[in-house]
Amino acid sequence: MTLLNQFIQWLDNYWPHWASYLTAAIIGVLIVVIFVVLGIIVVIYLERRLLGRFQVRLGPNRVGPEGIFQPFADAVKVLTKEDIIPAAADHWVHWLAPVVSFIPVIMVFAVVPVASGAIFADLNVGVLYLAAVSSLSVLGLFMAGWGSNNKYSLIAALRSVSQMVGYELPIVFSLLAVVAAAGSMSLNRIVEVQAAVPMFLLQPLGFIVYFIASLAEINRSPFDLLEADSEIVAGVHTEYSGMKFAMFYLGEYGHAFGASCIIATLFLGGWQGPFLPGFLWFLIKALIVFFIMIWIRATMPRVRVDQLTAIGWKLLLPLAILNLLIVAMEQIFWPGVFPWVLVGINALAGLALVLLIGRTVTIRGGRVEV
Amino acid sequence: MSLRTQELLLNVGPQHPSTHGVARFRVWLDGEVVTNLELVVGYLHRGIEKLAETRTYTQVIPLTDRLDYLCSMSNNLAYCTAVEKLAGVKVPERAEYIRVIMAELQRIASHLMSVGFLLNELGAYYTPIIYCFRDREKIVDLFEMVSGQRMMYTYLRIGGVSQDLPEEFIPALKRLIVDLRKAIEEYEALLSGNEILIARMKGVGVLSPELAINSSASGPVLRASGIKWDIRRAEPYSIYDRFKFEIPTANNGDCYDRYWVRIEEMKQSLNIIEQALKDLPAGEICAKVPALIRPPRGEAYGHIEAPRGDLGFYIVSDGSIAPYRVHIKPPTLINLTTMKDLCVGWKLADFIVIFGSIDVVLGEMDR
Amino acid sequence: MTVALKSEQTASQIAAAFPGADVKADGPAVVVAPDMVNKVCAFLKSAPGLEFDYLQNLTSTDYLDYFEVVYHLTSLKHNHSMVLKTRCFDRNNAEVASVTGVWRGADFQEREVYDLMGIKFTGHPNLKRILLWEGFPGHPLRRDYL
Repeated sequence: MTLLNQFIQWLDNYWPHWASYLTAAIIGVLIVVIFVVLGIIVVIYLERRLLGRFQVRLGPNRVGPEGIFQPFADAVKVLTKEDIIPAAADHWVHWLAPVVSFIPVIMVFAVVPVASGAIFADLNVGVLYLAAVSSLSVLGLFMAGWGSNNKYSLIAALRSVSQMVGYELPIVFSLLAVVAAAGSMSLNRIVEVQAAVPMFLLQPLGFIVYFIASLAEINRSPFDLLEADSEIVAGVHTEYSGMKFAMFYLGEYGHAFGASCIIATLFLGGWQGPFLPGFLWFLIKALIVFFIMIWIRATMPRVRVDQLTAIGWKLLLPLAILNLLIVAMEQIFWPGVFPWVLVGINALAGLALVLLIGRTVTIRGGRVEV
Repeated sequence: MSLRTQELLLNVGPQHPSTHGVARFRVWLDGEVVTNLELVVGYLHRGIEKLAETRTYTQVIPLTDRLDYLCSMSNNLAYCTAVEKLAGVKVPERAEYIRVIMAELQRIASHLMSVGFLLNELGAYYTPIIYCFRDREKIVDLFEMVSGQRMMYTYLRIGGVSQDLPEEFIPALKRLIVDLRKAIEEYEALLSGNEILIARMKGVGVLSPELAINSSASGPVLRASGIKWDIRRAEPYSIYDRFKFEIPTANNGDCYDRYWVRIEEMKQSLNIIEQALKDLPAGEICAKVPALIRPPRGEAYGHIEAPRGDLGFYIVSDGSIAPYRVHIKPPTLINLTTMKDLCVGWKLADFIVIFGSIDVVLGEMDR
Repeated sequence: MTVALKSEQTASQIAAAFPGADVKADGPAVVVAPDMVNKVCAFLKSAPGLEFDYLQNLTSTDYLDYFEVVYHLTSLKHNHSMVLKTRCFDRNNAEVASVTGVWRGADFQEREVYDLMGIKFTGHPNLKRILLWEGFPGHPLRRDYL
């Protein structure tokens, strides 16, 4: 029984059911939105400071003690900028694109359990909802690319479509492996199942595949072809300024934060942990995952678009399918075995598969005869 | 039934994060594949050759600073070599050693920047740039110690250098050599084995040796294609024939080799600086030439191995205080002659990387 | 050490290969007629013992009576160099044969000479202005421009 449902039951004593349902829904939505926006602000600050430290320089440290008010200063700056729309741009498409790109980010947080019982909607098909909603944001990016009437944005938008489509399958197959191991699609249940062994130990190969595929889905380095600064200027965001650019910016970090939260939930055990309250454990795990994402961004160069699709289809998809096969077979033939045995077997199998596929698939070359 | 497609004409224009200045390319794309390419330059044309005809020989030296503005010491050296050849000036020993130290330090600074920006074009989000600039700052501090400026040094004069080295220069330089050796090892460890870097650069933009010679490529671009030709060894200027150093040459002529040649050249430059420091004599720093030097009638062509290629000055004198004609041979513009052959068939992302690996500076291309 | 070949000897070799041509040695340089430049350069590139495969520099000077186009050639194989010159006496209609067929490196350098000095190169695949824009009045590096 989630906290929100308890609240609805309590309100039912005073109000008719539809009123208490509506009130609880509005309060819940407000809490989720505030949580998401605060999370994005923390994440933006962390990224700028940490990137600075990786690059042998201080990050922003002037605005407020150690620069913690920097995101607010950025928000004020961006809100006061002029909103420039290209004259030949497709007006409605250009206007709607940031909205369509940002809303799925918030929708994802509806099924993430932040603490024991603290979840907005305890869907019993939570994983399906996740996979469906997170693929909506590519529509926003494509609308931005097309509506800007700019060749750079168009190239970026088409690249992003092929990127998203190509990485949906490894994500879905890794999610299926998690579902098979946990026995349910509800995220609450998946977190509870990890009380004994967290999922990333149980399925190391699935974890790595899901992590890399998430990096590609949220357009972060080394797969940030969408905003490839050095090639296509600002990619999809080239013709945006002011609040619309801020929505893209928030959306990008919201995606990153959302992906970290989901990975923390599905693979690292969510809000479980000794001593500290569940909420804090959840945040710590999400921020650790985000730290690794920043680390990768500061270190790796970018891949090319055909190498990107090669990694998605030739490298990650076979690994994800084989991972699903192994996990499903273990669940069918050894349903009650001690989990650490499975940890050992999966680790060895994962290592073997990665070495094998490293020998057969290469991403070098790529010249086309013209 | 075949689809009707159209090629996209993309203007990688004068304002672009990766064009090293104001270079402009018109690129025809079939999807993402480059099918044709045209270079449009001239956005930074300042008419330096024409300006030099109305200035005295010493007044042209600040103009040469502003050519390849990242390699001012080398530009000065090329010009002074040409004028000294024309006027028959003998440069004193101490000045020669100082010139060599400055030129090699400039080579390291330039290659650091080149490697950093090449990695930026690959997408490593500014991290290698900041690392390389951290070390370049130390070199620029030394230049500031010597000439008072951080960028357009105007340090050399016809017949020598303008000021002597201050006392804190040599200990600082010795410390810097140790730091730089460690730094270059760090870059090699971080970059050269990176799988994504190798996948993006190996085999990309291959320049064959025959085409390299035929299209007058020079500098690291030529040496990466397998031609062991370095002006410091082939036609030694200044006192380069007294130093022992290797000439790194690679086999394939792709972007990775051009990057590798620059890293190796930095190490060799450190060797040269150490040898020069050991033998640095005392003495005069500039030959006795009149302030308004009048070289005899005639012409001379003086060229040096600048960090970006073979920088040459063709000077014609008619016996007066100003040169009659100064022509600057730009290695960066000539290296771009075969850009189309290198890029056709590769993708837009590769075109940016190939352009970065050739490493141009617009000041020298446009003059 | 790159050896600068004696111009008299090179001039006599070119004169032997092109009998009746206008070839002479002028100081350190060999002077040929403008319409023969590409043939002479093809000979210089392929002749055994000469083999000038690298075009070092291509530029021009305006000596008010005539234009002079200067070629600095190097042989990477033998490590020797030479200077080749050609003179155009017609200011309004200066034409020189293009050597882009011999060395591709002459491409941009000839365009620059055309742009700034106004000398046309016959046989150049793409003779457009390179540093200034199409429609710029005049040729700035000429001595009578300003």
